[in-house]
Amino acid sequence: MCLAIPGKIVELVADPPLGVVEVTGVRRRVDLGLLQDDPPQVGDWVLIHVGFAMSRISEREAEDQMRTLRILGEDQAAMDEVRGYQS
Amino acid sequence: MKFVDEFRDPEVIGRTADEIRRLAHPGRHYRLMEVCGGHTHAIYRFGLKDVLPSNIELIHGPGCPVCVLPMGRIDDGLALAQRPDVIFTAFGDMMRVPGAHGSPLEHKARGLDVRIVYSPSDAIKLARTNPGRHVVFFAIGFETTAPSTALTLLRARAEGLKNFSVFCNHVTIIPAIRAILDSPDMRLDGFIGPGHVSTVIGCRPYEWIARDERKPIVVSGFEPLDLLQSIVMLLRQLEAGRAEVENQYTRVVPWEGNRAALRAMAEVFSLRPYFEWRGLGFISQSALRIRDEFAQWDAERVFSVAGVRVTDPKAAQCGEVLKGVLKPVQCKLFGRECTPEHPVGALMVSSEGSCAAYYNYEHRKANAPMPSLAAPV
Amino acid sequence: MDGAPAKVRFREPQIEMAHGAGGKASRRLVEGLFVPLLYDPAGPAADRLGDAARLLIDGADLALTTDCFVVTPLRFPGGSIGELAVNGTVNDLAVSGATPVAIVTSFLLEAGLLTQELEAEVRAMGEAARRAGVAIVGGDTKVVEHGKTDRMYITTTGVGRRMPGVALSAASVRPGDKVLVSGPVGDHGITILLARGELDLEAELRSDTRSVLPLVQAIARVAAPAIRWMRDPTRGGVATSLNELALECGWSVHLDEEAVPVRNEVRGACELLGLDPLHIANEGQFLAVIAPDHAEAALTALRDAPGGAEAALIGEIHEQPAAAVLATTRYGGSRIVDMLVGDPLPRIC
Repeated sequence: MCLAIPGKIVELVADPPLGVVEVTGVRRRVDLGLLQDDPPQVGDWVLIHVGFAMSRISEREAEDQMRTLRILGEDQAAMDEVRGYQS
Repeated sequence: MKFVDEFRDPEVIGRTADEIRRLAHPGRHYRLMEVCGGHTHAIYRFGLKDVLPSNIELIHGPGCPVCVLPMGRIDDGLALAQRPDVIFTAFGDMMRVPGAHGSPLEHKARGLDVRIVYSPSDAIKLARTNPGRHVVFFAIGFETTAPSTALTLLRARAEGLKNFSVFCNHVTIIPAIRAILDSPDMRLDGFIGPGHVSTVIGCRPYEWIARDERKPIVVSGFEPLDLLQSIVMLLRQLEAGRAEVENQYTRVVPWEGNRAALRAMAEVFSLRPYFEWRGLGFISQSALRIRDEFAQWDAERVFSVAGVRVTDPKAAQCGEVLKGVLKPVQCKLFGRECTPEHPVGALMVSSEGSCAAYYNYEHRKANAPMPSLAAPV
Repeated sequence: MDGAPAKVRFREPQIEMAHGAGGKASRRLVEGLFVPLLYDPAGPAADRLGDAARLLIDGADLALTTDCFVVTPLRFPGGSIGELAVNGTVNDLAVSGATPVAIVTSFLLEAGLLTQELEAEVRAMGEAARRAGVAIVGGDTKVVEHGKTDRMYITTTGVGRRMPGVALSAASVRPGDKVLVSGPVGDHGITILLARGELDLEAELRSDTRSVLPLVQAIARVAAPAIRWMRDPTRGGVATSLNELALECGWSVHLDEEAVPVRNEVRGACELLGLDPLHIANEGQFLAVIAPDHAEAALTALRDAPGGAEAALIGEIHEQPAAAVLATTRYGGSRIVDMLVGDPLPRIC
């Protein structure tokens, strides 16, 4: 388990809480019933598993994560450079 | 694809792999278990073992809900498909799993009404549009999938549907991890935690692993960069002598989990006193059963289910492979009697079973000779 | 035929769906049952197991092929069974290095089928034949009781003339050869999946069904002697065709996964359903293996031809791992790409 894909809500349906979610041009109605404590809006990204939205996707966390990863190598390169001066 | 492509960036993957090589002590051998079958699949599909140093060994865990389902449960489900009034629905993953009298797909080929659904919503929709038939949904999955089944049962009750029931095979992940740690053959340094299960249960349920077993666990996403970053985080913990629960998959996993999902599960399901796991034997409090209030949507109560127990062939070593004690290639049947074409166990059928993943994506890389396609079996 | 037929090696007691899916099981049936009983190495057909049989008759160098078309639904965005039936056989001839000349067709119809449905398909076949420059010269019709077949099955058999200068064989493939694809993969299979309506997915996708003859001719004009092998990746997808190549020539096909063109919508549907675009059927594309010194020219010729703009260089022939297809990524990861057993199934795990 478990195949879950990010998709963007492009339309909301009221009852039961459904959304039309788009994944690079493919649209499917997705049940938003598991996110009713903090209902998502049009434009939000959600994680989809078996036709249900499991969680909101935080764009900020994703960016933070990529930023951490991108400087990973740079930090190391900087350290190596410093060591080079010291040896 | 947003939230996917960034995490497959080859340049960043290269640098993260360098960091892993830098962190891994040359004299030390690291044994890390990825619990979730989806992670096993991702590791092979993205060729991640190729970028890891040879002293990091990834051990495949039992988090494959298809793999751990005993054959008897499939036979019980398929017995329902024999009834002319029943439309038997299941996820695609189940379709080739061998039962004693054939797989669901083979039953379909014989003319029985067996249909693939992508969602339990599709199954309940079939019930609404086919009032003269009874739709059985064969539910499988860990806590990732159980809330969707729960919501579907709540909807069935709200609508007073009379022709829909669920054959419930949902299992829970913590008892499986406990069984691994209790196993005397198992030596592990840390865990790559199941990212999507954790969107539901959060990260707290893993605290005993860090606190009592002193093993680090990093809850991980499924893209190559997620897995590699999780390995970096595990190595850093091991280097520092820490054993903590960490969340790598913060863009999606809330520490406290999904309360609405947990509420729906609690309303609809209770824990079975025990459940048989293929390869792991009977484990108590490890599987979900549908509560009495929902009995009329519980296929096991609507129909009388035989409760067949079928043992695996003695030569099949599914249990040891599931626990990570054996590698797929070490099972005597691997690649000979047991291949994706004629699977003996579910680990060879399920796309995330370690045997299927290894067979389909990996083992011919070493240039082992392919058995002739037309050779007799 | 001289001597007794070879021994049947196919041991399975009955025919299963997988035997018709175009993957490993189909191959076992063909190699284990049909070939031993029907193939005569001393007979008129020199090549076997390719898309068409080669016949030398009184100095005429001909190709002969047949195909049976079964699809649900009969009509779908971008085409219908009739078009598939014509284009499919035209394409089999084209990728065998032959210019299609004539087709005969047979219909297996279910009693109760509406005439207007049959008429629509026959019309579609006529138009497809005209577009492809091939003549439909005859046919047969059988009708069976309602319930004994699924509305309409169409078989087409085509004959063509070998293109001068084009000599194709898996045995001529060498390490260093390049693999080209004529356009994006997966359009047809995903369109059909969505058209069945069972998965509640919507997308702006059409089947890619078309004759690939003009594109094959475009390559032949600039690189005829350098074309080693071609195939149209229908059921089983690119993965199956390339595995067939690897098995026939014994070399390794290294695939640059990121270079394989896939439309966004196909990619989205595959990600959602857990499918691999490499296993999805195509009805308007072909693969070609070209000697390295002509690969660029062949690619340019494809891209300049109408309908070939998205052609791409997707791989190379290597020595190892032998008889296997290996997909590689830019960060150094690799995976074997295998043939499927049966049709690809959506998954949730």
